[in-house]
Parts: sequence; C-alpha cells; structure tokens
Amino acid sequence: MNVVIIKYNAGNIFSVDNGLKRIGIEAEITGDADKIRAADKVIFPGVGEASTTMAYLHQSGLDKVIVDLRQPVFGICIGLQLMCAHSEEGNVDCLGIFEERVKKFVPNNPADKVPHMGWNTVQHNGNALFSGVSQEDYFYYVHSFFAEKGKNTIATTDYIQPYSAALQRDNFYAVQFHPEKSGAVGERILKNFIELIN
Amino acid sequence: MLAKRIIPCLDIKDGQTVKGINFENLRSAGDPVELGAEYSRQGADELVFLDITASHEGRKTFVDLVRRIARHINIPFTVGGGIHELRDVDKLLGAGADKVSVNSAALRNPDLISEIAQNFGSQVCTVAIDAKFDGGEWTCYLNGGRIPTERKLFEWAKEAQERGAGEILFTSMNHDGVKQGFANEALRTLSESLNIPIIASGGAGAMSHFSDVFTEGKADAALAASIFHFKEIGIQELKKYLCEKGIAVRK
Repeated sequence: MNVVIIKYNAGNIFSVDNGLKRIGIEAEITGDADKIRAADKVIFPGVGEASTTMAYLHQSGLDKVIVDLRQPVFGICIGLQLMCAHSEEGNVDCLGIFEERVKKFVPNNPADKVPHMGWNTVQHNGNALFSGVSQEDYFYYVHSFFAEKGKNTIATTDYIQPYSAALQRDNFYAVQFHPEKSGAVGERILKNFIELIN
Repeated sequence: MLAKRIIPCLDIKDGQTVKGINFENLRSAGDPVELGAEYSRQGADELVFLDITASHEGRKTFVDLVRRIARHINIPFTVGGGIHELRDVDKLLGAGADKVSVNSAALRNPDLISEIAQNFGSQVCTVAIDAKFDGGEWTCYLNGGRIPTERKLFEWAKEAQERGAGEILFTSMNHDGVKQGFANEALRTLSESLNIPIIASGGAGAMSHFSDVFTEGKADAALAASIFHFKEIGIQELKKYLCEKGIAVRK
C-alpha cells in the first residue's frame, strides 16, 4: 500500500512517520502534488499555527490538492483544524472540508488549563476508525483550539465543553488527539485507518 | 475527564541512564530506550529524559538517543538539560522530542521562552523551576540548585506563562529527595494563579503523596525518579490506588 504523509510547514510530521513505522507501515513524506494524488492513503498531520500553515497551503497549491482527493485522507491535530471551515487562530478561512468551525478554549475557572494537555477519553459513535476502541480508552491531546461539535462529528471529548475529537465526511477523516503518541490504543487508530478505511 | 499524569524522569549521561536503575527483565538496564518502553508498558503517561552530560561529545550522543527514543516509544516525552539557545531546541525537536524543558538558560535569558513559543509553539515549552523556601519566600536557583537568584517562584512562573511557557515543572528543593511528600501548598498557589498545567516534582515517597499532590496541591501531573527506578512504587499499582481514591488517571 502506498501511504503518503503530506509535507508542509507544520511541525511534528516525523512523529507520525515513526508511529506508522511501529505498526509496520513505510510512508513517503512529500509535498509533491502528483505523489499525493497517486497515494492509496493520505495522512495530513502536524502541529502548528492555523493562519501560517493555511498561508503555506495556499501558496503551494496544496489546499486545492487536498480538497480534491478521493482516497481516504486522515487529518491529525492541526490537520483536523485546517480541514474545518474557519479557525479563530489567526482568524483564517480553512479548507472547508468540514463545515465545523475552530474556536479557542475559554477557561471557566482556574482548573481549566489551556492548552488542553494530557490524556482524555473519547466518546465515539462506533465509526470504523474507532473499531476495537472502548469508550473508556484515553488519548493524548495537546491543543489550545478545538473544532466545535457539528454534523460531521464522529467522536467527542469533554474539556471545558464537549467538542469534536474526530470528524468524518465521505473520504475525509480527522482526529484532534495524537494517535502516534497515544500508546497501544493510538496505534490501533492508525492501523484502523490503514486497514479498515477504503 | 482529563487524567492526572504520572511522569517518570530519567537522568542520562553519555547516552545511558545513570546509577542503579534496576529492572531485571531488561536486557540492558542502562539503555534509556528499553527503560522508557518498559515504563510505557507499565502505564506511564509521559517520560522526561534529562541530559546531565557535560561534554560536547555527550551532547551529540544525546541527540542520537532522542532520535532512537522517538522511533521506539509511543507516548510523549520531554527532554531537558543543557539547552542554552534556540538552536539546541531546534535540534532536539528535530530529533523527535515532543517538548523541551528549559531551566537555568531561561532564568539567565527569559527571551528564550518567548523565542521557543514563537518558533515552535507554547506546547513544546516546559519551563522547569528549582526553588527553595527560605526566609519566608521561594527563591529560584540556577544550575541544578547550586546558585541562588533574585527571582521568586511565583513571579517567575507568572512571567514564564506570559512569555509563552506551555507548562511549569516545579521542583521544591526542600522536598526533593526527602520522600515526605510534595510541596503541596506552593503547588496549589501556582496552580490557582496560572492557567497552564503544573507538573509537581520533588518529595514522592509513598502512594498517598501522589493523591495529596493532585487533591491538595492541585497539580496536573506528578514527576518522580528514584521511587519508580528502584521499584518502591509500581506505576500500575499507583494508578490503581489513585483510581480508588477517585482521581482520574489513565488505566
């Protein structure tokens, strides 16, 4: 199987590659439009700031490449946020694959720390991406912005308020947590995307 | 619900864990990658690797080690020790570390915190503070607690947050190594006055100290070294204990 990780100006891309290697998948990291279009599976990972990463995607033309993909695409962390309609981070319009909008966490009290950093549970709707994952399993999060709940939400996490832990529309999947840093259960998610999503 | 984190800390010298860490089921007890993987299997939520190597050669070994850790370990890890400038941070993050911890260099040059946050994001920047309660106030120390500064704990932690720190790792020098519990009062003040996560360090000696640091100290995470390395407390049994106490932990 030909798995491609989209290379752009976001950090943390190699950690997803390492996660894939641990489950026996050799992916190609590339920003080349033809290679991305030709892949069986496309992963769109990263950590970064929304407006600067969006600017790069526009400039490089990768924005149109991603939106037009027909094979399974998997956004992780900032990848999920960039696939939404708009982000409050830098007040920028994003790819619009999901109509959900990205907002900043606003603490209700001193116990609500931002960034949301650490392990939290995920309530999912049984989507194949979460096959074999229980509602009690914990995933690792690091983020200050979140995608609101909407019609593409397939899993939620409750931190300050319930928000989209995962989104799906057609061939596009995305998670806010870091499967590559979420121990064995995170590797299960990566495996599910590779093996079960077609 | 967001889980409280348990974080083993490993001291590294010349690419090996230092002194007497003993896990008989490991082929090489001194290999940080094997030890880290073992902690991950036991349920550690994160790992911290502190480079205490002084030499330039040792530094290069550490970057290679970070690359190996990133390949093999499936939970987040922070690296610290010997970070002086942005270039050091770039190297360590490039090798695959999730976060870096800065201590003395940030006290000497607070702009380093702002630079890290601006270049790589707040989430990668842990500011470690060693402080000692003396004469009615908490004084920050440089160089592993050897040199006192003019800085006071609470104001420095606040400034670190304002400059873009993503977390504060506070070690109480009064409590460190004494095994009588964490500095819960100071931790609580930190936690309630800041809106970034607080990692407690120094003083773990019993499982009850961990429940206290999360309830009384309001810490978001607790770090310990020898108590885990010498297997005085197992991470699995600790989590079971905390769970019974009604504290949210990842099982």
